[in-house]
This record gives sequence, C-alpha cells and structure tokens, in this order.
Amino acid sequence: MQLGFLVDLHLCMGCKGCEIACKVENEVPLSTWRLRVKYVDVGMFPETKRTFTPLRCNHCENAPCERICPVSALHYLENGIVNIDKERCIGCAGCVMACPYGAIYIDPETQTADKCTYCAHRIASSMMPACVVACPVEANIFGDLEDPTSNISQYIQDNQGDVQVRKPEKGTDPHHFYVGGGNLQLNPLASKRVEGYSLFNKLTTKMPLGGHH
Amino acid sequence: MVHETLAATHAVVTLDVGLPGIVWPWKVTMNMWAKSIGTGIIFMLFYLLKRYPKESGNLRFSSTVVALVFIHMFLLFTLADLHQPLRMWHIFFYPHWTSAITVGAWMATLFVVMLFGMAYFSFVKKDNAKFDKLMFWTVILGIPVTLYTAALMSEATARELWQMPTESAQMMLAALLAGSASMILLGKKLSYEAKSSLGVILGLSALTAFILYQSELIFGPMKSEEVIAVLAYVKGNGEYATMFWIGQFVAYVLPMLLVALSRSGRSESILKLAAILALVGLWVVKHVWLIIPQLLPMS
Ligand code: SF4
Ligand code: SF4
Repeated sequence: MQLGFLVDLHLCMGCKGCEIACKVENEVPLSTWRLRVKYVDVGMFPETKRTFTPLRCNHCENAPCERICPVSALHYLENGIVNIDKERCIGCAGCVMACPYGAIYIDPETQTADKCTYCAHRIASSMMPACVVACPVEANIFGDLEDPTSNISQYIQDNQGDVQVRKPEKGTDPHHFYVGGGNLQLNPLASKRVEGYSLFNKLTTKMPLGGHH
Repeated sequence: MVHETLAATHAVVTLDVGLPGIVWPWKVTMNMWAKSIGTGIIFMLFYLLKRYPKESGNLRFSSTVVALVFIHMFLLFTLADLHQPLRMWHIFFYPHWTSAITVGAWMATLFVVMLFGMAYFSFVKKDNAKFDKLMFWTVILGIPVTLYTAALMSEATARELWQMPTESAQMMLAALLAGSASMILLGKKLSYEAKSSLGVILGLSALTAFILYQSELIFGPMKSEEVIAVLAYVKGNGEYATMFWIGQFVAYVLPMLLVALSRSGRSESILKLAAILALVGLWVVKHVWLIIPQLLPMS
C-alpha cells in the first residue's frame, strides 16, 4: 500500500475548511500549521484572478526529512506515510532545514518537530484524513496509489498531462499531486510576498522559532 | 526567470501563514566557527611538529587545551541549539546512520576522547612519542569531523545554495584558516620562519576560500532559480549585502594583504593582526552563508 493525496485545484474554492479541520483534529498550536491554503492573486485590474493552493507534507518516497533525522523520529510507515515520533525527537530542526516544501514546524508547546501525518491515527481506524472529510467540494482525493482501481489512481489516469508535484527537481518523489496547478501555485518563487497579508505573524507569545517574525 | 514571471503575471501572495523565520540561528554559526578552530589547531600542531619539531615541542599541551576548549564550545552550542537538549542521548541510543548529524556526533565524541588522551600523554605522562602517535590518528579523525557539517548542509535538500563539494572545501579551508590564525597567536615562542609559514597557510586558505565564494556569487545564479533568489540577499541592496562584504574583507582580503605585508617587512605584529581579523571575519562569513538560504519562502 502506498497512500497518496491529490488536490484538484479546479475545484478548490479557498474556504479553508481543510485547514481548520486539520487544526482541530490534530490540536495544531497557534502560530503553526500542518495544512494551509495559500492565496495568490494574479494579473492587473480588471484582468485579475485568485488562486487557492492547499499545502501540506508530500510524504515523499525519498524524504530528505527522514534521511537527516538523527534519531529516526521521522520514519516511514508501511502504508507510505512519513510519520513522526514526538517522544523520540530531539528538536535539532534538521528536518525543518531539509524539507524543500517548508512542511515541518517546531511545535511551540512540545518543542519537537511536527507536520502532517495524513492523519495516520485516523487511517489506522479506517477513517479518512480530517481535511478530506471537511472539504465541501471534494477537492482532496486520498487513497492507495498502488491500487489501480482506487479513486486517486483513476483521477491520475483521467487527468494525465495535467498532474503535477511540487519541486520535482529536488528528487523527493512526492506522494502528493495537484491537478490544474501551474508554476504560480506550486512554485513559491513565482509570486511576490508583500508584508501584511499573512496569518499568524503578529503573535508575540510562544512563537515556534526565534527571530525574524 | 523569476523576475520575468513576476513582471508578466503580477502574482502576489494575498493570504498565507507567516514564514517560519530563522531555524538555525547564530548558535549554529558559533558551532561551525568553534569547530574550525578546534580541529584546525590540531592540524597546525601536526604540521609544526613535522616541520619545526624543536621549537614547536612545547606547544603540544597548550594546543591540545585550546582545541579542547573550542571543541567543547562547539558541543555546547550544538546542545544549546536543540529544542530538546535533555534528549541528546537519543543520538547514541537510537542512531540513524543516514544522518550526518548522527555520524558527526559520534565522531566528535571520539575526537574529544582522543584529545583528552593527548592531554593525558603530554601533561600527566609527559610521553611525547605516545602523544605524537595518538595525534596522528586524531588528525585523521579531525578531517571527517571538520567535513561532516558540509555533509549536513548538503543533506538540507531545501537549501540549494549549500552544495556538497564546495561546502566540504569551505569547511576544510575554514579549519586551515582558523587553525593557522590561532597558532600564530598561540605560538609566541615560535621563530619568525615558523610563524611566516603559518602565515602562508593563512593567506592561501583565505585566497582559495575567497575565490570559491566569489565564484558562487558570479556563477551560482547561472544554474538555479533558487540560488538567484538566495544570492539576491547579498547582492546590491540585499538585506545581508553589507555583512557579506564585511565578512569577505575582514576574513579574507585584509588578512591576505597583511600576510603579504608582513613578509616584506618581517613583521610579527602585522601577522598577528591578520590572524585576529581572519578569526573575526570567519564568524561573519559563516553566519551570512548560514542565514541567507533560510530567508526564502519554501512553499
Ligand atoms: S514534504 Fe517535507 S516533511 Fe513531508 S516527507 Fe517530504 S521532505 Fe518530509
Ligand atoms: S527536529 Fe526531531 S524530527 Fe526533526 S530531524 Fe531533529 S530529531 Fe528528527
């Protein structure tokens, strides 16, 4: 079994339902996130468009975070999930430095690394990840990539030519796909970041990491 | 390419989370800087004992103590940078051997044990033959101890700026620069010839490191979009441009010039000034290179 995610960006309407469901399900502390939806506006008035991109851990097959972790706190599960053992983590932040997708944060409460686990605990009880359940337009498609009859495999088949992963050049082999995305949504360097449009950046207490907030 | 895309699309992030900020801060700079001195001084002691055995004999104990102090400083800052320092022992009980952090921690621990052995032979036993034999193996181990941080930076896949062959060379050059500079300051009783040969090592390692950094600055952006964006922080009006050039001048350019000047005038004080500048500048150089890839948004 090789679990994977696919987000159909044609469907996503940026409601942030998945983001909130994830926060609640996993008790993600203030100022940090496992999954968030990024808005990028494109074009000049009146020719403008807003894009929405849910971003989470890709559960890479060749995961740099797993490789760099000195104590195997980050490890693969048999179903392909890259999981984290917070009791084992020493908080070296090597994984934060290694993940090319900025998917890991240091939990300000436990002072250990944390990230999306595809809701491994729910999957163990045969439930779907919280974000999948919350999405009102079923933009999140989750399932077994090794099973050709699964929803995700069929979606990939049906959308051949329009399926992308983030930063393929990093050789991480992500198990997280996007349909209907492009450079603007998937490449963080293709859009400008202007001060003042960020959530969570005005908090003064319990910030996850030092400096530069 | 980034700039063309931005200009053509006017793509602006209009709602997102804040960037995570600096993950590896100045404590990691201290770690790299102190390690360069700790291993570098042992390399230089080895060199001096081979080349100038008579006059450098009395440096055995003092150099070992200085190496011990700086290696402990390196370990202390490594520990201080952990978010769960009390769990450091996990590295020894749950080691994950693909991680350069694990391999480095084990090697550094062995290195410390060997340094204590050297101190024991020189101070307690007063046995130079045994000291020299152990020092040989300590120097051999000192090479991977110096290099492992480069492997670690290279394993940080997210940071395109840090490439393995270049970072290894920079780590080794930093150790030679810091080691020769520290030995110039420590070896008060060394002859001018011995000090001047340390000056040559200092000058040449400064020159090579400077060439490597300048090459990265000029040619790095020709290969990767991410490197263009990172190096923008040290170019033009970039946030770290001033600090970058201060580092390059204080660590490399000025020491090179001062070493040349000291040779023409046989001046030891100019050589000492070069050594002090190199040590101070090295910290700045390492810090800038550590911070700039962390300023980039990853997603
Ligand atoms: S996306 Fe990042 S955190 Fe997730 S598996 Fe890949 S490298 Fe690890
Ligand atoms: S912060 Fe924790 S999970 Fe991340 S590499 Fe270090 S020990 Fe592993």
